[in-house]
Amino acid sequence: MSNELIGARVLRKEDNRFITGKGRYTDDINLAGQTYACFVRSPHAHANIKGFHISAAENAPGVVAVLTGLQVLEDGLGGLPCGWMLHSKDGSEMKQPMHPIMAGEKVNYAGEPVAVVIADTYEQAKNAVEQVAVDYEVLQAVVDTSSAAEQADIYPDIPANTCYNWELGDAEATSQGLAEAAHITRIELINNRLIPNAMEPRAAIADYNTGTEELILYTTSQNPHLARLIFTAFVQIAPEHKLRVIAPDVGGGFGSKIFVYSEETTISWASKKIGRPIKWTAERSESFLTDAHGRDHHTMAELALDEEGNFLALNVKTTANMGAYLSTFASAVPTYLYGTLLAGQYRTPSIYVEVDAVFTNTAPVDAYRGAGRPEATYVLERLVEKAASELAIDPAELRRRNFIGKDQFPYQTPVALEYDIGDYEASLDKALEMSDYAGFASRKDASQRAGKLRGIGLSCYIEACGLAPSALAGSLGAGVGLWESGEIRVNPTGSVTVLTGSHSHGQGHETTFAQLVSAKLGIPIDDIDVVHGDTGKMDFGLGTYGSRSLAVGGSALSRAADKVIAKGTKIAAHLLQTDAENIEFDAGEFKVIDSNEGKTIQEIAFAAYVNHDFPIDELEPGLTEKAFYDPVNFTYPAGTHICEVEIDPDTGVTEITKFTAVDDFGTLINPMIVEGQVHGGLVQGIGQALLENCVYDTEGQLVTGSYMDYCMPRADDVPSFDVGMTCTPCTHNPVGAKGCGEAGAIGSPPAVMNAVLNALGQTDMDMPATSEKVWQAIQNAAASN
Amino acid sequence: MSETVNLIVNGQDKAVSCSANTTLSQLLREHLMLTGTHVGCDTSQCGACTVHVDGKAVKSCTILAVQVDGSEITTIEGIANQGEQHAMQAAFKECHGLQCGFCTPGMIMASIDLVQSGMDLTEPEIREGLEGNICRCTGYHNIVSAVASAGQKMREA
Repeated sequence: MSNELIGARVLRKEDNRFITGKGRYTDDINLAGQTYACFVRSPHAHANIKGFHISAAENAPGVVAVLTGLQVLEDGLGGLPCGWMLHSKDGSEMKQPMHPIMAGEKVNYAGEPVAVVIADTYEQAKNAVEQVAVDYEVLQAVVDTSSAAEQADIYPDIPANTCYNWELGDAEATSQGLAEAAHITRIELINNRLIPNAMEPRAAIADYNTGTEELILYTTSQNPHLARLIFTAFVQIAPEHKLRVIAPDVGGGFGSKIFVYSEETTISWASKKIGRPIKWTAERSESFLTDAHGRDHHTMAELALDEEGNFLALNVKTTANMGAYLSTFASAVPTYLYGTLLAGQYRTPSIYVEVDAVFTNTAPVDAYRGAGRPEATYVLERLVEKAASELAIDPAELRRRNFIGKDQFPYQTPVALEYDIGDYEASLDKALEMSDYAGFASRKDASQRAGKLRGIGLSCYIEACGLAPSALAGSLGAGVGLWESGEIRVNPTGSVTVLTGSHSHGQGHETTFAQLVSAKLGIPIDDIDVVHGDTGKMDFGLGTYGSRSLAVGGSALSRAADKVIAKGTKIAAHLLQTDAENIEFDAGEFKVIDSNEGKTIQEIAFAAYVNHDFPIDELEPGLTEKAFYDPVNFTYPAGTHICEVEIDPDTGVTEITKFTAVDDFGTLINPMIVEGQVHGGLVQGIGQALLENCVYDTEGQLVTGSYMDYCMPRADDVPSFDVGMTCTPCTHNPVGAKGCGEAGAIGSPPAVMNAVLNALGQTDMDMPATSEKVWQAIQNAAASN
Repeated sequence: MSETVNLIVNGQDKAVSCSANTTLSQLLREHLMLTGTHVGCDTSQCGACTVHVDGKAVKSCTILAVQVDGSEITTIEGIANQGEQHAMQAAFKECHGLQCGFCTPGMIMASIDLVQSGMDLTEPEIREGLEGNICRCTGYHNIVSAVASAGQKMREA
């Protein structure tokens, strides 16, 4: 592989269309004869439906059809499935309520769709929605995570509103570790519920052709093939060969566009009924109500230490809110993406974690940037910082003392994962240096003289990315293998079309993957285009989430490129009348070893398609190769984040004065793109720590349902960042990459909270540390002194 | 009831027949097919729909088309000069100031107005100036760099 493009800050190939207004997002697409859908949504969090009154709406101007949840029942449509089967500690299967695409008999969260109005124009559909009347018998809503199991059952066949009671690790050894401890640090935490808020609201256009019986669905998806599979195999809307799912330009996802939702499913079904295309675009308030939310854990944890501060055991008990239904990957998030990460970067010999997943009358909760790993990191890094404070050990030193050493890899943790490689001290040392950790005391003094409180906080995170080794994922309950596919078509004139099952919705794959293929094949990057997001173009793919695209999708392309070279070698040997063993490939040229003879890959590509004399039994024409890559292990990005804050005690306002992130993502293809991913993740994590909070009232009404109420981080809420890298390349994929998409959101929340608490001289506070909460904490401390 | 709105959009005269409750963003996207202007929230909170009305940044989702009758409208599609990208467009690419691209047109239009308003282009001023535009991808870091970089070029030009 030629090295100059690996690690080069190549400007993004996709940018030109976005900066000139020529992006093509789902709502930008309009089809001939298109109708518009608006949904009737439940105003109640929990209610029985006693009747629908739709005739006024049906007779309203422009209305084409009004369909309700009762027709969904009549048509016998399957429910939206959860793709990951979990088992409780007693061996029983998780409980999964039927998730109809529209409710016909009972609603289980506010905003749940019960009917859809389809009309010639958007305004007509929206006006007619007002004329649909639904009779409800309102039931008591279950909202609170911690007490959900004690409240009345939402579903008659799901006792104690409990989806599963899951465990991982060695309970006995952990109890013993706690019994032998010189010191135990305990913490109780709420990981605040978040709303993803990709800037493009979800949207879809379903276009059923009555002549061909083919359905084309344009949708804002991170994984269009998975959507097609679910529509076909579970909801049974259309056979797979008659269903094409296209995810064109997608305006951010952060997990929320992995899942298959009611709306795009409903309009696909409805388009078949009315024989016309139907468009639906969410208003922002619908996004708040129905995009799958994130986090929402209540956790108690205890860390046992010996006299020297070595970790002996970690015991964690978490209640996780699933919302009203199990979304596509919901069950895996607080278990296999959470419990397995509780070893962090440390040698803790015994760990035991129990997770109770509960149903509530709130929107479904599923993966949101980091998905389980931010929750694990938050528990562990808050706990470690508190232990350091209680034992009066420098928090950096306490972490260093317990790190898995760089010579201890591969390292088997007590919670199922085997880390392949890492160097945690290298990242810590670099972060300490970049943040001038040693100079903090004098900066604190300066702040104090100015009447301000200054604090510093660390977070040493690890994540498991590159989902996922299929055999392992399957043994843990995953419904699908999590490999990825890639195809490289070297066209006759030497340009290249790269097809990937990964999907880019901001991550820059069109550039990164082109760099990778260019480096492998020696073809100029301008001659390479990356195509993604269309089930009609590539045969399968698992999409983009869990920081998997480069590590898994990129590895598939690397393999496909190897196959192109192998095939090209045979063609070159034929053309140059020698044996393939005598050909070597380097920088885009097939050369006869120890001679001046050779052919460029462009010449080989041309010959591959136009030659008349291939020995067809041995050598087929064409230069297109496909590869599937199934990882043998997860990848383990890790690093240290250090946050420094200054708090104004009169207002409680927290200012982040410096934020340092040092990450080990293995081999970097495009550091510019990687740093951008870190910046974005950091602001989502800082948003969680200081600003964002999803709130339902006791009746299950979403209080934070707009940008007036849900505090999104804005440009003047956050600083610029100091981002550094260390590198231990992943040992088991051909690219050496580990994934970088989520690290910022994983590492930053505990760093920020540890800094805030350090400034306040306190050890307990839940996110978000709003100015009101911080001011109150200062007042409370002053009152008790 | 249908109204006729006369506008100059990206330098071209347009007479658009639309209902009185049509917003400027709807007029641009649905009547003139200028889909570069995006709608992210409908409540003038996110700024994705920002365009220029008579040279000033306006959130087009919250102004009626009839209110801007007779105005000159510039959208993201209209800021390049004979195929040459505007300094702000170029800087967003150069500084990696965009990821998914959805907020980008509004962000670029707001940033151009920010520079043209003559404010100091220090980091705190730029951050405060962009407070009305939400980006969920970039963390703003590179957007701030892009605005500073383009701002300097625009003022030198």
